[in-house]
Amino acid sequence: MKAFLVSLVALVVITVGANQILIRVGPSSAEATVSNDNVRLSD
Amino acid sequence: MLRLMTVFALLFAMTAPASAQVTTDDPRAATGGAQTLEDILRRQEGLVMDDSFRSDVTGNPANAAPITDQLGTRGGASDPDLWRAYRYEVADLSTQARGPAVTTMIQDRGMWWQAFREGPLVLMTAALLGGTLALLALFYLIRGRIHIDGEKTGRTITRFKAFERFGHWLLASSFILLGLTGLVSLLGRKVLIPTFGHEAFSGLAIASKWIHNNVSWAFMLALVIVFVVWVVHNIPDRTDLKWLAKAGGLFGGDHPPAKKFNAGQKLIFWAVIILGGSISASGISLLFPFEFNMFAHTFSVINGWGVPGWFGLPDLPYPLLPHEEMQFAQLWHAIISLVLTAIIIAHIYLGSVGMEGAFDAMGKGEVEEQWAREHHSIWADEVLNTKPSKSEA
Repeated sequence: MKAFLVSLVALVVITVGANQILIRVGPSSAEATVSNDNVRLSD
Repeated sequence: MLRLMTVFALLFAMTAPASAQVTTDDPRAATGGAQTLEDILRRQEGLVMDDSFRSDVTGNPANAAPITDQLGTRGGASDPDLWRAYRYEVADLSTQARGPAVTTMIQDRGMWWQAFREGPLVLMTAALLGGTLALLALFYLIRGRIHIDGEKTGRTITRFKAFERFGHWLLASSFILLGLTGLVSLLGRKVLIPTFGHEAFSGLAIASKWIHNNVSWAFMLALVIVFVVWVVHNIPDRTDLKWLAKAGGLFGGDHPPAKKFNAGQKLIFWAVIILGGSISASGISLLFPFEFNMFAHTFSVINGWGVPGWFGLPDLPYPLLPHEEMQFAQLWHAIISLVLTAIIIAHIYLGSVGMEGAFDAMGKGEVEEQWAREHHSIWADEVLNTKPSKSEA
């Protein structure tokens, strides 16, 4: 059952890793639709 | 008396216009052109209805008051006119927010999806998963456990190497997690919230969503591993026809010859690859909303071939709103996942309690030589002729 246990460890690593990569790299649908920058209406 | 007659005359004068409206040919004269109770009932029953009496009434700029007058800035559209324009996607909207679906204020065409998701899809889930479990229980009662017929040798041969078993277990563990958390999402509103309450479901739903979204990558990686290591052994050939003709010997006791994977296992392999691949594609579409639209183009191609007409059906909807793409992706994702889950439940049964010696293949990687000779005779001969089996003693 060593292969099974290793697969569980891999599952956790991939899951947390994928989450961290997506958080850091994006793309985020929230970032695509809103901005924290002010809107400049004119110069 | 004169006063009484005056009251009657007044009442008659008030009701006359209403009765004049009722007797005209316009079915909505009584409501002044607005929808009637009959319209509402037809819509609730999901019947096809011509609602141009509503969809076409979205204001008329020609009737607009001058801009300096009261309500002149409305451009000839009342509030109900504007709401109808939102509902039927004819309003000329601009928003500060940027995104593919921000101008969809009301999605009238999504009502059937909500009704299907909360009704038939929940029943389908119960029927498919419950039905599979019931059939397997019945099969177990009739056939019992499939035992190794011949005398056990005490020797084993290697069936799956460590990397093959790693790929299998990564796929299996991720699939079980995705299946359970997917059911939480699918049945939350209709089953779990009424049973456990909103507060208890809230935490469960948040955790399920996180697990489902992030475990999906492990599932997709495992799908690739399993495909690469086993595709060579799963190409259909003539031995599969003989195996299928005897139903794998499930009922007769006679074991048809098979290579490393028999026809039943090949069917499961291709079901996992094709359905799992499709679930992955629709899952990615849902994971990144509105970024990957799979259905409008597909529907267009299917309509171009005239496929719906072969079955006497109208063309599939095209083009689709961004939300409709997501709704079709959700239904596809859920239905294909349920079908694959039913197949995998049968696979788990046969690989564990259903057949003696089968679990060892994935548990230890080693199988009893007699088991191999009975269930995979061609493969067992190949392996034993090139490499002697190991003694368990």
